[in-house]
Amino acid sequence: MFSEFCLEMPDRLEDALSILSDMKGTPVAGGTNILIDIRSQKENPPRLVALGDIDELRGIKVEKGRVVVGSRTTISDLLKSSQLLKTSPSVIDAAGQFAGQMVRNTGTMGGNIACASPAADLVPPLMSLDAEVRLASASGSRTVALRDYYQGYKQDVRGADELVTQVSWNALPQKSVNRFYKLARRRGDAITVTGVAVTLSVSNGKCSKARIALGAVAPTAIRAEKAENMLEGQVLSETLIEAVATQAAAECSPIDDVRASADYRRHSVQMLTRRLISEAWNKLAQEVKSHVK
Amino acid sequence: MSNSKTITLSVNGRIRSLDVPSHRTLLEALRDSGHVDIKRGCEKGDCGACAVLVDEVAIDSCLTLAWMCEGKEITTVSGLGDVENPHPLQTSFKQLGAAQCGFCTPGMVVAARSLLNDNPDPSDDEIRYALSGNLCRCTGYTKILDAVKHAALVMREEGAGQ
Ligand SMILES: Cc1cc2nc3c(=O)[nH]c(=O)nc-3n(C[C@H](O)[C@H](O)[C@H](O)COP(=O)(O)OP(=O)(O)OC[C@H]3O[C@@H](n4cnc5c(N)ncnc54)[C@H](O)[C@@H]3O)c2cc1C
Ligand code: FES
Ligand code: FES
Repeated sequence: MFSEFCLEMPDRLEDALSILSDMKGTPVAGGTNILIDIRSQKENPPRLVALGDIDELRGIKVEKGRVVVGSRTTISDLLKSSQLLKTSPSVIDAAGQFAGQMVRNTGTMGGNIACASPAADLVPPLMSLDAEVRLASASGSRTVALRDYYQGYKQDVRGADELVTQVSWNALPQKSVNRFYKLARRRGDAITVTGVAVTLSVSNGKCSKARIALGAVAPTAIRAEKAENMLEGQVLSETLIEAVATQAAAECSPIDDVRASADYRRHSVQMLTRRLISEAWNKLAQEVKSHVK
Repeated sequence: MSNSKTITLSVNGRIRSLDVPSHRTLLEALRDSGHVDIKRGCEKGDCGACAVLVDEVAIDSCLTLAWMCEGKEITTVSGLGDVENPHPLQTSFKQLGAAQCGFCTPGMVVAARSLLNDNPDPSDDEIRYALSGNLCRCTGYTKILDAVKHAALVMREEGAGQ
């Protein structure tokens, strides 16, 4: 049983934005977070604005190497997209380990980003792809890099009258690996203990670009930027990868909770970073070797 | 503050008009109007007992507001078949002992149906994956897996015979 609220169901983005600016309201996309928070009385919004009827917010496009996903696109939509599998493998890794079938069929990418949970599984993959978030309000729109979107635990830069309309990023370039690993108790219904997303690109036999994004080990999802910097421009070795993994663990600030201790989380960041970077480097080895001699 | 309106939707092929307030979930609205084959478990998306098909897509009815389903087609486990004319999933759940207390069964069958819509010949892993949002505290899942596999086979054979 819910506490009472008004429910607006606009079918055009424009109308949703004017409701938000004129009357205030809480967006509801799939409802798989917000309805639970309302039921447990963590949230008590007087007015909900449902985005479910706004078709223009749903869909996946890849144009000129740029991937653009509407905020109302469901986790199941992501999983079914062969274009995403090619251009954004870590997003598919995350979608594949996401909740159960029914939640995947309703939960959305926009809701995952806007719920601002440090354990939201799409966020580390999207950070590892340098994704940008488009925010729109009745008075205009702006684009924010996902890495600048969060300000603290469950805090984001979104104004009360703004909606996330789309998320976009560049397709993974050639000679690159991009993966996400979700450490959790079980598949389906399990909140992430530690999430690690990695992108590694090589050119001329060296690591030309590195991204390490971490979920559920700090007040927000974060990038381990010092660790990334240690990789760029280098030929990777076991010693370097070990040092990078130690650095990534040093950059997180996990807490103890019912799912895991802070120590375990930090340890798992180190192990998973080492594993993902080694695997990526090994996968790119052919590429690297052809440049060594 | 919360307002009420009459929404029209189809439940198992019958058009229904329901007078519901905006904060009513689909689960509550359907159970209150007699569709008690949909089960109320956790009410937070964990157990899948409340699963129904909305326009052939499986969702948790406890996490969906009734108003959002205006004009849509809802299918519950009873809509798949009845005692005289059971769906292959219903027959194999019964014959292979996949239901014990039966509380999870409506949601399991609906989730399995949604899987078989997309994938008529799923592997064991694909079945486990599709049912990972449905909890069962009785069976240990083995017989549920067997029942879905068997029903898939029956449906493929029936399809081939047509
Ligand atoms: C059983 C279960 C399992 C789950 N498993 C996972 C999991 O494995 N991984 C994971 O990351 N999450 C998981 N979740 C959490 C949730 O399903 C996801 O975060 C999902 O992506 C939320 O999307 P939604 O559309 O349902 O969001 P909603 O609940 O509709 O909204 C969430 C928040 O975002 C806001 N919002 C939504 N859309 C917009 C928009 N376009 N613009 C601005 N604000 C918006 C809402 O106001 C609300 O504050 C799980 C939830 C359940 C119930
Ligand atoms: S009652 Fe809906 S998922 Fe448990
Ligand atoms: S048969 Fe009892 S919960 Fe599944």
